Amino acid sequence: MEAVSDKHILDNQLTDWYFDNRDQLISSSSSVFNSLRPAAMESFRKLGIPDRSLENYKSTDIPKVFLSPLNRYIGQRKILFAVEDLFHCDIPELDTELILLVNGWFYENRPKLQVLPGGMIIGSMSEAAKQYPDLLKQHYSKYADYEKDGLVALNTAFAQDGTFIFVPRGAGNDRAIQIVNVLLSPEDLFVQHRNLVIVEDNATAKVVVCDHSLSAHHFLTNSVTEIYVGPNAHLDYFKLQNENNNSNQISTSFVHQERSSDAVFNTITLHGGLIRNNVFTRLNGEGASNQTLGLFLMDKTQHVDSYTFVDHAVPNCTSRQSFKGILDDQATGAFTGRILVRPQAQKTQAYQVNNNILLTNDARMSTKPQLEIYADDVKCSHGATVGQLDQNAIFYLQSRGISIREARLLLMYAFGHEILSKITVDPLRERLADLVDKRLRGELTRCNSCPLHCQETC
Amino acid sequence: MLNIRMLSIRNLKAAINGMEILKGINLEVNEGEVHAIMGPNGSGKSTLAAVLAGRDIFTVTGGEIFFDGKPLLGMAPEIRARSGIFLGFQYPVEIPGVSMVNFMRTAINEQRKYRELPEMSASDFLKLMRDKKALMEIDSALASRSVNEGFSGGEKKRNEIFQMAMLEPRLAILDETDSGLDIDALKTVAIGVNRLRRPDNAMIVITHYQRLLDYIVPDFVHVLSAGRIVRSGDKTLAYELEEKGYDWIKEENQE
Repeated sequence: MEAVSDKHILDNQLTDWYFDNRDQLISSSSSVFNSLRPAAMESFRKLGIPDRSLENYKSTDIPKVFLSPLNRYIGQRKILFAVEDLFHCDIPELDTELILLVNGWFYENRPKLQVLPGGMIIGSMSEAAKQYPDLLKQHYSKYADYEKDGLVALNTAFAQDGTFIFVPRGAGNDRAIQIVNVLLSPEDLFVQHRNLVIVEDNATAKVVVCDHSLSAHHFLTNSVTEIYVGPNAHLDYFKLQNENNNSNQISTSFVHQERSSDAVFNTITLHGGLIRNNVFTRLNGEGASNQTLGLFLMDKTQHVDSYTFVDHAVPNCTSRQSFKGILDDQATGAFTGRILVRPQAQKTQAYQVNNNILLTNDARMSTKPQLEIYADDVKCSHGATVGQLDQNAIFYLQSRGISIREARLLLMYAFGHEILSKITVDPLRERLADLVDKRLRGELTRCNSCPLHCQETC
Repeated sequence: MLNIRMLSIRNLKAAINGMEILKGINLEVNEGEVHAIMGPNGSGKSTLAAVLAGRDIFTVTGGEIFFDGKPLLGMAPEIRARSGIFLGFQYPVEIPGVSMVNFMRTAINEQRKYRELPEMSASDFLKLMRDKKALMEIDSALASRSVNEGFSGGEKKRNEIFQMAMLEPRLAILDETDSGLDIDALKTVAIGVNRLRRPDNAMIVITHYQRLLDYIVPDFVHVLSAGRIVRSGDKTLAYELEEKGYDWIKEENQE
């Protein structure tokens, strides 16, 4: 009963926070955001922060991370450092268009919106709402449903800034767009950002998202990202989560795909405290194809919960989900993969695999496929495994002179290889392969690319 | 000719799940020799191979093994391998995601490190792969594939001999390398093995059937039955067995 009342207090606190700051929120934002705030807040008051009584959240205690004392601010806080002095992306030869977000706010080391050759526009979400209100109205909150999820409602009620990417009809750029989400604060902090990616008809884009923390404080991020992939458009979206283990992150993404579009959504999780990743995909046009992938490597008391929902709304679409996890120490994880094939969605092909390796007796993983199929001419499959490293394979490698430690590493690395091999940005794939190798060897702390060298315990 | 002793097995006993499989094996192997071990199913042939390679699911309950004068029992499997023992598996393991190249490079460099040799350069390694592939008549594409993944039975066995060629062991133990092979595949594997015979190495060839020994001609043949070597002889023993069947040994033993 105590947990229920805690949640009740929490929901009220967040509601009060909204009403106390509503005027400031509205006066500092564009109407695109403001017009949805009342409805989103109303929805939040109904739904609240999801707790374990909800089937979709039963593996993860979300209220707990909200209840830890965090500073919450409406406006942007001044950063006392030059972020570019602290952060440099150390991926050699990764030539990208960079957007830097600090604590959820666009970092103004470059113009708030940049028009790139070919007409691509990237930059601040807040600025995009001012300059392109019609474009935003077309897409903003059209895919993220704040009436179904309290976290999305909360994000929508408070939405102010985030990243904006617009790839107009027919445009394409081999150069990846890189979004670096930096957490950097002299105190514990609650962060929300709202992101929008629009890839119009026949356009192509590659997006790399890197989540980092640059100070050892406790952070909680509640982000929402909406992604529109237009007819015949292609999008590769890679997300690297590498925050300190005191940081908790809830990341909800909505991928909306139109006819003959093709999208890859790949999340690689290396470090972080409690992480919840929601990926909602709607295949809304015939011939669309989607891959939703994930690789998570966890140790200590980390917790990663992945939830996917692939909605086959029309015929002739293909979706493939593959999630792989390696859990060490007392780490815990969960995977829920829901596939909905609507009655009209004939000739659907929908596949889902979740494989997990537990390295210790204390690590735990729960995995749950949910297939709801209402059409009769479809190919669907799912499979889930939770197991240990193959002892026969370890002995085979040992019998060739490879040490047991190296043999285990080779097998773990091989296990994750399938997910890494889907990364189409070559330098990123190589770098991530290296990071994964280091992570498995226990040589990667999230500090090693940070020049601060603070003596935190990661 | 001076025979240099390589392997001594003395009264070796081993069990799995409390059941004794090997009940006192004695065997001496010298440099340059090929020993065949034959025997009916369940006689302990594969257990002997696994115990020599250091598989820990078997418990050694008695006896000793010396390899190049050093006690082998208690040595980790990888140390045995680096010291020159090679096991050709009856059922090679598929390891998706680990490429043959990466696997062999890791194995060779671990072996070299143990022998206090510098790491092999990438170009030397690739040349070695090329040479050994040619020697074993191995398809070039095989090297870029994952270890044994999707290999046919014949490819897997040939891949075992290829690994043996790469690692140049002092003692190779080939566990039923002929099982599941048709006569052409068997010949290819045997030709490969014969190319690796040298005066300073030795082989223990474990087989159920005599036919492999037409191609890999042994110096000695031992018959294993119910965990003991019940008979030893030269290659003619294999023909005698083929003719009379294993029942002959069993009956003779009971008398």
